[in-house]
Amino acid sequence: MADALTLTATTPCYGLLPKTIGTCVLTETDLGALTSVAPYKQGAAGALKDAHGMDFPAPNRTTGKQGARAIWFGRDMALLAGPAPDAALAEHAALTDQTDAWACVTLSGDDAAAVLARLVPVDLSLAKFKRGHTARTQLGHLNASITRTGVDSFLILAFRSMAATLVHDLVTAMESLAARR
Amino acid sequence: MRLPCPICGDRDRREFYYQGAAVALSRPAPDADAAAWEDYVHLRENQPGDLDELWSHDAGCGAWLVVTRNTVTHAVSGAKLASEATR
Amino acid sequence: MRIAGKGRIDRSKTVSFRFDGIQYQGFAGDTVASALLANGVRLMGRSFKYHRPRGVLTAGSEEPNALMTIGVGAGREPNVRATVQELYEGLEARSQNAFPSLNFDLLSVNDLASPFLSAGFYYKTFMWPRAFWEKLYEPAIRRAAGLGALSGEADQDRYEKAFAFCDLLIIGAGPAGLMAALVAAKSGADVILADEDAQMGGRLLADTETVDGQGGADWAASVLNELAGMDNVRLMTRTTVTGAYDQGTFGALERVSHHIARPDGRLPRETFWRIVAQRSILAAGALERPIAFRNNDRPGIMTAGAVRSYLNRWGVAPGKAVTVFANNDDAHRTALDLIAAGVHVTAVLDSRPDAQAQGDYRLIRGAQVCNSAGRKGLDAITYRTTSGEDKLATDCLAMSGGWNPTVHLTCHMNGRPEWNESMASFVPGKEAIPGMTVAGAASGRFTLHGCLTSGAEAARDALSDFGKTVADVTVPQADDTPYKVAPLWAVAGKGRAWLDFQNDVTVKDVKQAAIENFRSVEHMKRYTTQGMATDQGKNSNVAALAVLADATGRGIPETGTTTFRPPYTPVTLAALGAGSRGKGFAPERHTTSHAASVAMGAPMIEAGLWYRPSYFPRKGESNWRQSCDREVGHVRGAVGVCDVSTLGKIDIQGPDAAKLLDFAYTNVFSTLKVGRVRYGLMLREDGHVMDDGTTARLGETHFAMTTTTAAAGQVMRHLEFIAQVHHPEWDVRIMSVTEQWAQFAIAGPKSRDLVNGLVETPIDNDTWPFMACGPVRVAGIDARLFRISFSGEHAYELAVPAHYGDALFRVLVKRAEALEGGAYGMEALNVLRIEKGHITHSEIHGRTTAFDVGMERMISAKKDCIGKTMAAREGLIDDDRGQLVGLKPVGAIKKLTAGAHLYSESSEAVPANDQGYVTSVAFSPDFGHYIGLGFVRGGAARHGDRLRFVDALRGMDTVVEVCNPVFLDPEGGRARG
Ligand SMILES: [Zn+2]
Repeated sequence: MADALTLTATTPCYGLLPKTIGTCVLTETDLGALTSVAPYKQGAAGALKDAHGMDFPAPNRTTGKQGARAIWFGRDMALLAGPAPDAALAEHAALTDQTDAWACVTLSGDDAAAVLARLVPVDLSLAKFKRGHTARTQLGHLNASITRTGVDSFLILAFRSMAATLVHDLVTAMESLAARR
Repeated sequence: MRLPCPICGDRDRREFYYQGAAVALSRPAPDADAAAWEDYVHLRENQPGDLDELWSHDAGCGAWLVVTRNTVTHAVSGAKLASEATR
Repeated sequence: MRIAGKGRIDRSKTVSFRFDGIQYQGFAGDTVASALLANGVRLMGRSFKYHRPRGVLTAGSEEPNALMTIGVGAGREPNVRATVQELYEGLEARSQNAFPSLNFDLLSVNDLASPFLSAGFYYKTFMWPRAFWEKLYEPAIRRAAGLGALSGEADQDRYEKAFAFCDLLIIGAGPAGLMAALVAAKSGADVILADEDAQMGGRLLADTETVDGQGGADWAASVLNELAGMDNVRLMTRTTVTGAYDQGTFGALERVSHHIARPDGRLPRETFWRIVAQRSILAAGALERPIAFRNNDRPGIMTAGAVRSYLNRWGVAPGKAVTVFANNDDAHRTALDLIAAGVHVTAVLDSRPDAQAQGDYRLIRGAQVCNSAGRKGLDAITYRTTSGEDKLATDCLAMSGGWNPTVHLTCHMNGRPEWNESMASFVPGKEAIPGMTVAGAASGRFTLHGCLTSGAEAARDALSDFGKTVADVTVPQADDTPYKVAPLWAVAGKGRAWLDFQNDVTVKDVKQAAIENFRSVEHMKRYTTQGMATDQGKNSNVAALAVLADATGRGIPETGTTTFRPPYTPVTLAALGAGSRGKGFAPERHTTSHAASVAMGAPMIEAGLWYRPSYFPRKGESNWRQSCDREVGHVRGAVGVCDVSTLGKIDIQGPDAAKLLDFAYTNVFSTLKVGRVRYGLMLREDGHVMDDGTTARLGETHFAMTTTTAAAGQVMRHLEFIAQVHHPEWDVRIMSVTEQWAQFAIAGPKSRDLVNGLVETPIDNDTWPFMACGPVRVAGIDARLFRISFSGEHAYELAVPAHYGDALFRVLVKRAEALEGGAYGMEALNVLRIEKGHITHSEIHGRTTAFDVGMERMISAKKDCIGKTMAAREGLIDDDRGQLVGLKPVGAIKKLTAGAHLYSESSEAVPANDQGYVTSVAFSPDFGHYIGLGFVRGGAARHGDRLRFVDALRGMDTVVEVCNPVFLDPEGGRARG
């Protein structure tokens, strides 16, 4: 029999965040369970709606609301963020647990978009990238998922193993913007 | 340079991985003759002008694309999902 | 000297600076050049080759002469143009290319030797003896003919890159650019207006022309004020658009803190922008041409437009008695402005016999300046008319050979400019850059009215692309008197007349090139080095090719022009490499055991982007081998723990998941039972090995694949390629889970004891035999357990969600230690796998086949797979190919090294006799000697043979014995036990 054993969870940005620099704040964000939902050929839009009450997101968009969101995550794929996936979904889509795979951070503040303009080769201006819009792209050298969650706030997901680099790159850009103020 | 991903929209070239001419769309049968396989694996026309190429949107949606690019001017005249390309 | 009441400097703010150690005063708004001229300093540099004294020629970024080193210490910057360096308090400027001082330069003897230093001199003279080039000639030449030097210390300053997007990028904020921006912005387009200058306005800041009755600079200020208040406009000052690239991408260099006395250390010096624009307008203006005449490079001789800039923008008269020398009407305005400011104008010398005076000054028609005089600065000029030669005392000559539209960016995508005879200049070729319209002087519209009108037209043209309604903006009134010019490139006569000031190329040099048959403009350029200095021929190209055309009896259009390539002005390597220094060079991937491993003192080594522990030193161990040998002993004798999370982990799900695996792997996976693991081999389509690894069947339609650490990304892309390109009809989804799972190898005879101390339901050999897998629960957490072995021992890999990786690793190490084992690192892992003959990418290095590594039987005959057909080619299954073998030292030297080559014992160690090579080596504590893996021709049949082992790099020559690559437990009993 196993001995009495407890394993303590460590989040990807443990010891790295939060940071407040200039007008911006960078914090680690707990999104709850993360599950990639990759529909099989017959589709899973109805099943997602039935199980979690949200539409399957179109490319570059999110559906749902804070606490239970579906973030478009790639070709024919969504990331269900918040609730544990309904078992019935598994008939319609490949479900993969990603809860521990992503460093999830929120960058907010007046200069947030300007900070990301140092790192991301996609137009994230408010006029083109509105609240609820999302993009799979790069942040510096990292592959990332970036979602606008407010006028001046963004949810950023990058590989867990690269959390230190993610924070380093964002902090450097935050400092550069702070120094311009 | 920017490529028009049919899923993500116009994106910077740095997000893509380049494979080469889109010959992979017509893989020979396993029992095809040596010349057919040699053609498929090793030989490329390398003509100047419009060329169908395979690009992977690695840092984006992950889709494999067939991009039509002019190898002289770099003008891109179209892109479609490889999964939907005629073969 | 300063002129009261003139200039757009702030006279309430004096600024102190030093040039070559001497303190001077300027004003806020000055450049180093304008402040030095205001202080009466004309000598600002020495020329590149002849070390001739030089003063400022221009007032802009095209400056070839006044290059200085700015700043002190590590971050000092050489070759800064004094004409663009804004003054700040405490600025330190130093002259360059002068020894011991600017005023007394020993190497100016080069100037006396000039008859021997003409075009092609280096090519002809330093050819022989050959060995002298590297040792003697090149170092001496480099010292004598140089620009400024770097400090030699690491630059501690920050640089950054950034991205910007807009509907319309307008390059240049002179009258045309401002007008275009106003129309486009008022019509609702998203506009970026970029200008290299600290102040926007272009020539409006340097001239006295009026717009709608008000001063041009005032009009510019009011337009800028309006633009600054609009959300859809971004004004980028100090930002030079340096290159035009594909699909509307532009490179631009922003000088962020070069003008700040003590910048915040976090502020970058420069930002290199990538701007993506649907449409663009090039409104970069025009550059004035010098005229070549004898000694036209003396300090005090500058372009006529530059004289107006210094007067009108900076309130500086560059001389007390100024003479104008021109071939066009525009330069006459220099005389008018000087007179209006109270500066004495000795005369206007116009080469055109029919020139008309535009005011009250002495005009000498049909005159050409043919020489200049003065020590380190202009005292007098000699000019020639039909009635002979005459002298004129003057301390400043304002010369103008006409204007060249700034066509540079239009050439960046192979566009060729076109010759316009009436304005004697090149104008941009049509549609040279997709989506770009050229406006204002850059398009050859030289009048102020023409600039404003064409700016508005260009904006309207762009707006039609965006479907925006054009706002009703009236183009203001301005002068539209046509520009008149008659070509004059070089004044005939003896002596040296400079074309390219920076590289010291004279009219004579170009003629010499033509005589030696370098008639192509591209050849002339390379032979004389004209246009190859940092100004890239901005001041000299057109005149040089006109001289070449004349010398070869051709017209200018037939002679053609060299092309302009990016960047428009120099870009520092630091800016291009911004963000990629230090930690920015590459991402660091850390496993969840990183912190614990570092805390245990493990040196971390790079494995691709990952950092992995090399070994875990213990007290009393003084070198890595001791630690490594001990760790190998843990695994062979007790239990070892190793983080293997870096291996690629891929989830494959769907009704056709098994089909995908059968096609990707050489062997069959559709027959694998749920709860079992199988080793698989993957080929490239050309028949060579791509990667290997194990794949577990977790469910009927659910597989978990592992790849090597190195090939994880490649395999993921490859599987998607199969699913999307080869077989889009298959219903299968692929997802990387490398990051989701923290996975640890638990290996050794006591491994099951350790596992059973963790899992909620204990396992035994029946429930969990070799190659079994399945879900387990550890401390209430859902985990996965695989009974697989890379070490050859009874071993498991336990995977938990990564949040728990750190905690689990610490527990595993502690418990392994309690069982007389411990953590093991990469060194021990490598020893263990070599002892078992397990291959890694040292063996499957891209040139080896399944046949070579002894796995040809793994290519299933029952199905097709990637690479199967090509792998069957004769040459790839030849018995004489290098085949995987084990190697043992049997000669005098007991060590083996990877990379060594193998030969027959009696033969010479030359490539023709090559029998194979060594790929991996390790000291095996189990055997007490070195062992190795390698490839030997026909090696599978040569076990027991002796071969000569030669490592030419390390100077080793010994003898090895070929053996079975599986050194330890060839029957595999340990793993099954
Ligand atoms: Zn895409």
